[in-house]
Amino acid sequence: MAACSVEELLAKAEQDEAEKLKSITVKKELDLEFDIGNLLASDKNRLESRDFREQKKEDFLRSLARDNTQLLINEIWKQPTERVDEAIVTKLPDTVTPLPREKPPPKPRPPTKWEEFARLKGIQNKKNTNLVWDENAKDWRRRWGYKRAKDDTKEWLIEVPVTADPNEDQFAKRATAKKERVAKNEFNRLKNIARAQKVKLPGVGLTPVAQQCKEDLVRAVSVARTSTASVGRFQDRLPKEKPPKNTGKKRKFEPLIGNFSTEKQKQLDLLNLMNGKKPKLDINKAVDNQIREEKREEAAARYKKGAGKKGRRGNMPGKGGKGKGGQTGKSGGGKGSKFGGQGGKSGGQGGKRRGKLGKH
Amino acid sequence: MTQLDGIVKPKTKRSKRFLEGRAPKLTEDVKTAMIMKGGNSSLTVTQALKDIYSLKKPNAVLYKKKNITRPFEDSTSLEFFSKKSDCSLFLFGSHNKKRPNNLVFGRLFDFHVLDMIEVGIEKFVSLSEIKTSKCPEGTKPMLVFAGEAFDTDNEHKRLKSLFIDFFRGPAVTAVRLAGLEHVLHFTALEGKIYMRSYRSLLKKSGCRTPRIELEEIGPSFDLVLRRTHLASDDLFKLSHRRPKTLKIRKKKNISRDAFGTKLGRVHMQKQDLSKLQTRKMKGLRKRRGPKVAEDPDAQAPKVAKVEG
Repeated sequence: MAACSVEELLAKAEQDEAEKLKSITVKKELDLEFDIGNLLASDKNRLESRDFREQKKEDFLRSLARDNTQLLINEIWKQPTERVDEAIVTKLPDTVTPLPREKPPPKPRPPTKWEEFARLKGIQNKKNTNLVWDENAKDWRRRWGYKRAKDDTKEWLIEVPVTADPNEDQFAKRATAKKERVAKNEFNRLKNIARAQKVKLPGVGLTPVAQQCKEDLVRAVSVARTSTASVGRFQDRLPKEKPPKNTGKKRKFEPLIGNFSTEKQKQLDLLNLMNGKKPKLDINKAVDNQIREEKREEAAARYKKGAGKKGRRGNMPGKGGKGKGGQTGKSGGGKGSKFGGQGGKSGGQGGKRRGKLGKH
Repeated sequence: MTQLDGIVKPKTKRSKRFLEGRAPKLTEDVKTAMIMKGGNSSLTVTQALKDIYSLKKPNAVLYKKKNITRPFEDSTSLEFFSKKSDCSLFLFGSHNKKRPNNLVFGRLFDFHVLDMIEVGIEKFVSLSEIKTSKCPEGTKPMLVFAGEAFDTDNEHKRLKSLFIDFFRGPAVTAVRLAGLEHVLHFTALEGKIYMRSYRSLLKKSGCRTPRIELEEIGPSFDLVLRRTHLASDDLFKLSHRRPKTLKIRKKKNISRDAFGTKLGRVHMQKQDLSKLQTRKMKGLRKRRGPKVAEDPDAQAPKVAKVEG
């Protein structure tokens, strides 16, 4: 009797369970595919168009949607949950469906001329401390910027060097030197941008120099001559003057009817060239590459060795560790102005050169 | 050189921030949609555009004026608009005799049209026509696609991908369970696409998972496919390319078995048994050997270190 009741009870419980589950189970021939990260389900089952016509359309669609949503909800409820501020939150996995991006992924910034050079030579950024001991002020001061240590812009008196012209204004000299350094750095920055964008740079043209050499003068003459409305077409030459250099090539065409044998030979040569598909070895380039590679390795080796021996070189006692980072960018910039401007001739013309460029 | 093409140097911090916001990113923001109508549009189309705007709302721009363009003939103006408003999805509505009640769904990659799919509205019930309580604005919808056409037919496949892109809302890592209210159901049947929008009611079922009842809230569309402009395979592939840094690299020597237990593989050198420390006893204590024998041994590694 007792056993029977237990069995009955068990059976009843089972039935209850099944009934409970009944309300949330949906039978489908093919399982749905889910992408829980996107809250997405796709039902690949064949839809009976007969049902669709017999039933009311809206009811059919709604019952289909209900079943599919129930399955999706069942799947979502299986994900791990969490309680955040009185609300139950489900963690969603990563999305599965591949979707196109909006924009192409960002490209890394191409190295500047200085960075390339530093890599070649194995130069690495040193970390300078931000604070430096100032002897005059007897204080720790910033290396750069407002209230800097050893500030040479605030001096009220400058000693005239023995070699210098006594009538020269030393203050003005400093100011112009600074201006030129800034201009040169800006020029290099623009060149770097242009290089990164692969824009073809217009020639710098003629730059004013203190002492013009012969080539410069020749170039100046030729530039002046071609700077007319008719590009120097009607300009007279001096007797015994050499033809101007770098004037560009004139196109020359073969005569339409003429020597057939040379034409044939030309075509045959071209064919030969196309047939023999050997890569052309540029010995100069290869040797250059090799040398460059060796230099780089050497530099790397040297750097490693040096680092092992010397360790960190700090020229300040005590507070060496303070003010990390911060300085690196600045020091890099400063060096950039020193070395990066190999393309330009000298710093002296930075400002003026820039002025000219606008017209190009 | 001062005027380099395509290089915009911001003059203020604010404009710099703005440009950074628009620059390509590793993990991208939500795609925004621009919704606009053509030179002529019917009441149906205008209302449909408004309704889709309200479904998409925080991430959409509704263009109020007419824009006389034809996306399938010349997409340059669309590309221009997308650059202006930084949108990569668009919906264009128009109405004419040849193609009445016309909608063009599309998306752009790098400000160039990737896919465009034109659909015609056969039947439309707007959001306001159905008088029920609606879902709050900006709810992330559950998307359900039914019908085998979405897996067999090429155009339907692309349309499915486009609809997912268009309606999925922001990509999130977690959702509030009670907030799963909105269901968008797309059914492909007999050459038509039925788009229905329901509010889901979570009923008690006796177990943890609730029973779902649906209530239609609109808008609902019966759509037919018209012209399509699908991206070439190359471009499509290019647009799917994921940056290397985002790809998850597989960790070596870690595996999981069927029960989800984490297993690690450890590579060991062969143990030198002669140096094994056994029990210490007075009788087994090492005798001090002659010092001369030890010295070269101690020096040898030092030399090696300097060389390295």
